[in-house]
Amino acid sequence: MDTLDLARWQFAITTVYHFFFVPVTLSLVAITAGLQTAWYRTGKDKYLRLTKFYGKLFLINIALGVVTGLVQEFQFGMNWSTYSRFVGDVFGAPLALEGLLAFFLESTFIGLWIFGWDRLPKKVHLACIWMVVLGTQLSAYFILAANSWMQNPVGFRYNAERGRAELTDIGAVLTNKVVLVTYPHTIFAAFMVGGAFVAAVALWHLLRRPGTDTDVFRTALKLGAVIVIAAGAGVAVSGDLQGKVMTEVQPMKMAAAEALYETEKPAAFSAFTVGTLDGSREIFSVKVPYLLSFLATGTFDGEVKGINSLQQAYEELYGPGSYKPNIPLTYWTFRLMIGVGMAAAAVSLWLLWATRKGRAPARWLAWLVVPLPLLPLVANCFGWIFTETGRQPWLVFGLLRTADGVSPGTTTAEVLTSLIGFTALYGVLAVVEVKLLTKSIRAGLPEVGGDAGRDGPDTPEDDESKPLSFAY
Amino acid sequence: MELTTLWFVVIAFLWIGYFVLEGFDFGVGILLRVLGRDEPERRAVVTTIGPVWDGNEVWLIVAGGATFAAFPEWYATLFSGFYLPLFAILVALILRGVALEYRGKRDDLLWRGRMDTLITVGSVIPALLWGITFANLVRGVPLDADHEYVGSLGDLLSPFALLGGVAFTAVFVAHGAIFLALRTTDELRQRANRLAARTGLVAAVLVVAFLLWALNLRGDTASAVVAGAAVVALVAALVANKYRREGWAFTGTALAIALAVTALFVAMFPAVMPSTDPATTLTAVEAASTPYTLKVLTWIAGIFTPLVMLYQGWTYWVFRKRVTVEPVAVA
Ligand code: HDD
Ligand code: HEM
Ligand code: HEM
Repeated sequence: MDTLDLARWQFAITTVYHFFFVPVTLSLVAITAGLQTAWYRTGKDKYLRLTKFYGKLFLINIALGVVTGLVQEFQFGMNWSTYSRFVGDVFGAPLALEGLLAFFLESTFIGLWIFGWDRLPKKVHLACIWMVVLGTQLSAYFILAANSWMQNPVGFRYNAERGRAELTDIGAVLTNKVVLVTYPHTIFAAFMVGGAFVAAVALWHLLRRPGTDTDVFRTALKLGAVIVIAAGAGVAVSGDLQGKVMTEVQPMKMAAAEALYETEKPAAFSAFTVGTLDGSREIFSVKVPYLLSFLATGTFDGEVKGINSLQQAYEELYGPGSYKPNIPLTYWTFRLMIGVGMAAAAVSLWLLWATRKGRAPARWLAWLVVPLPLLPLVANCFGWIFTETGRQPWLVFGLLRTADGVSPGTTTAEVLTSLIGFTALYGVLAVVEVKLLTKSIRAGLPEVGGDAGRDGPDTPEDDESKPLSFAY
Repeated sequence: MELTTLWFVVIAFLWIGYFVLEGFDFGVGILLRVLGRDEPERRAVVTTIGPVWDGNEVWLIVAGGATFAAFPEWYATLFSGFYLPLFAILVALILRGVALEYRGKRDDLLWRGRMDTLITVGSVIPALLWGITFANLVRGVPLDADHEYVGSLGDLLSPFALLGGVAFTAVFVAHGAIFLALRTTDELRQRANRLAARTGLVAAVLVVAFLLWALNLRGDTASAVVAGAAVVALVAALVANKYRREGWAFTGTALAIALAVTALFVAMFPAVMPSTDPATTLTAVEAASTPYTLKVLTWIAGIFTPLVMLYQGWTYWVFRKRVTVEPVAVA
C-alpha cells in the first residue's frame, strides 16, 4: 500500500469512528435537555432521575466525541496538505465558524452544566444544557456545509494561477442545496440512534429488574421508541429529497447506488441483487418497478442515467480515466443503510405494541437490547461510506481528485505510524467506553430523595453531578 | 490595518489564548501527583480545572480552524511538516481528555491512580512538543519551493528546539502552581505557593535563555522589547507570589506567557513559516486566503470572539470560590 491508500484508510477509520459518538451526542443531549425541561415544568422526581441517568451516559459518550474530533480538525493538514491548499479558502470558513460558534458554546456550557447543579439557579442551569444543544446543532450544520461543498462545489471561482478554489459567496456555501437536505437527514438519522439507545437501556432494566422503577423505565422506553419511529419517518422523507438532489449534482452516485449500467426510462429499484462482482450481469434480483425513477426524479417514468453513458460523458468533459466509484460497495451500502435503519424503526414499533396498556415486555425480548441501538448506528456508517465512496474518484467533485489531494512530503512510514497508532488507541478507548457505559447503566436510576428544591438535589452515588458540593 | 496582517494578529491571539489558558491546565496536570498527596487532595486539584479545561482546549481547535481558513498554506505546511510531533500531541491530548472525564466515573483508587498518571503524561507531552514546535517555527525549517517540509524528524530536535520545549514546560508548571495557589485553601495552597516559588525560578532562567537564543536567531528591536516585558512580568509574578498576592502572581505568569508568545510571532513576521533557505520562506501574504474570505472571517470573528470571551469569563466567575479538600469515600 502506498501513502495514498494508507491516508485514505486512516481518514475513513478516524472519521467513521468519530461518527460512532456524534449521532449519540447530537440526539442524547437534546433528549436529556427535554427530560430536564419536563422536570423543571412538572417538578416530578421521575424526570429528574431520568435526566441524571441519561445525562451521565451522554457525558461518557461526549468525552470520546470531543477527543476524536480533535484529530479530525488537524488531519486535513497532516495527510491531505495539497487538498488543504486547494480548498482552504472556501472550506476553512465553515470550519472556523464551527469552532468559534459551536465548539466554544458546547464545551463551555457543558462544564457549567456538569458542575453547576448546585451552584446555578435551576432556570439558568436548564438554559446551560439547551446552549449545549444549540452548539451541537450548529456544529453539525457547519461541518455538513463543508462536506456538502465537496459534494457540490458552489459559491467559488477557480484560480488557475494559484491552482486553488476561492470563495466568492459565503451565503451560497451555507445554503448549498446539498447541505439543506443533508443536515435534516443526518439529524434525523442521529435521533434514530439516540432514541434506540434510550429505549434499549430502559428495556434492559424492565427485564432485568422487574418491579424496580418500572413506571419510570416504561416512560423512557416509550419515549425512545417514539423518537426512533418519528425520526425514521423524517429520515425517509429527507432521504428521498436527498436522492433527487444527488441525481442532479452527482448522477454517477445514483447510478452506482443502483448498479444501473444502462440508462433506463422508467427505471426500477432493485431491492436485492446477486450478480457478477462488477454488477455487469445479474444472476438473481428482486425489483420494484418505477421506484427508482420516482426516487431520483420525482416522477414515475423519469429517465435515470446509466453508468456507461455517464462514464462517456465525463471522459469528454474531464479527459480520459475512470469516473466510476466502487460499484458493489455503493450498491450494498446504500441498501444496507436503508434496510438496517428501517429495521430499527420496525423493532421500535413492535416494542410499543408489545408494551401497550401497561403490559410487561416478554422476557425473550432481552435479545433486542444490544442490536436495537446498533442498527441505526450501523446504518449511519453505511450512509457515510456510501456518500463518501460514491463521490470517488473525486475528493472535491469535478475539481480535485482524491489521488491529487494527499500530502506530497509525508512518508509512508509516517502515515503508517499514525494509522496504526490511532487505530490501536481507538480500539482501547472503545473497550473502556463500553465498560463504563455498562457499569453506569447497571447502576440504575439515581435516588433524588424527594426534595426537589431550588438547588437541585443530588445523589450520594452520582459524584459526577456533585463534585463541587463536597469540594467546597 | 491590512487584512493579512490583521489575521496574522488574530492567529497569534488565538495561540496566546490557548497557551495562557491550557498552560495552567497543563501545569495542574503535571503537578497533580506532586502536590496532591492522597485521593481527596488530588480530587481537589482536578476540580480546579474540571469545569474549564475543555473550553480552554477549544482555543487550539479554533486556532487550527482559523489558520486553515485564513492561511491555508500555513496550515498545510505546518501540520504536514510537523507530522510526528503533532501526532504525538494529539494522542497525548486524547489520553488526557479521556482521563480527566473518566477519572471520577469509577470508585476505585487503582483506576483513579491510573487516570492521574495519564493526566500527567498527557500534560507533559503537549507542553514539551508545543515548545519544540514554536521554537522550530522561529528558527526556520527546510522547505522546498512549494513550501513543503523536506527535513527529517531529527531536524526538528535541535538543541535550541529542545530548550524551547523545556522552557515552555517549565513556565506552564509555574503558571499551574500559581493557579493552584489561587484556587485552593489551607495546606494545599501553602504547598502550591512554595512550589510556585521554586519552579518559577527555574522557569525564569530557562525562559531568559530561550528568548535570548531565539532573538539571536531571528529578532528585531520590537520583539526584543516584548521579550523583555515578558521577563519583567515573570519576575513580577514571582515577587507577588512571595508576598502571597496570588491574583497578581497569576496575572503576572499569564502576561509573561502572552508576551513571550507575542515576541515569537513578532520575530517571525512577515514570515509564517521561515525556511532555512530564505528563498523558500512562506510569508503571511503568500499563505493568505483571498481578501473576500478574510473579510467574511473578520466579520465573524469580530462579532463572536468577544461573545465567547464574555461567556467563558462568566464561567470563571461562577466557579470563583476556592476548592477545599474534603474526605471522600472511595474503595
Ligand atoms: C439511521 C440512519 C439512516 C437511515 C435509516 C437512512 N439514512 Fe440515508 N444517510 C444516513 C443515514 C441514514 C447518513 C449517515 O446520515 C448519511 C450519510 C451522509 C448524510 O448526509 O447522511 C446518509 C446519506 C444518504 C444519501 C446520500 C446523500 C449524498 O451523498 O448526497 C441518500 C440519497 C440517502 N441517505 C437516502 C436515504 C433514504 C431514501 C433512506 C430511507 C428511506 C435513508 N437514506 C435512510
Ligand atoms: C463533514 C465532514 C466530512 C468531511 C469534510 C469529509 C471529507 C473527506 C475526505 C477529505 C476524505 C478523504 C478522501 C478519501 O479518503 O478518499 C474522505 C473520505 C472518506 N470519508 Fe468523509 N468527510 C466527512 C465526513 C465523513 C463522515 C462523518 C464519515 C463516516 C462516518 C465519512 C466517511 C468517509 C469514508 C469511509 C471515506 C473513505 C472513502 C474512500 O477513500 O474511498 N466522512 N472524506
Ligand atoms: C471530518 C470532518 C469533521 C471535523 C473536522 C470535525 C471536528 C470536530 C471536533 C474538533 C470536535 C470536538 C469539539 C470539542 O472539543 O468540543 C468534534 C465533535 C463533534 N462533531 Fe465533529 N468533525 C467532523 C465530522 C463531523 C460531522 C459530519 C458531524 C455532524 C454531522 C460532526 C458533529 C460533531 C458533533 C455534534 C460533535 C460532538 C460535540 C462535541 O463532542 O463537542 N462532526 N468534531
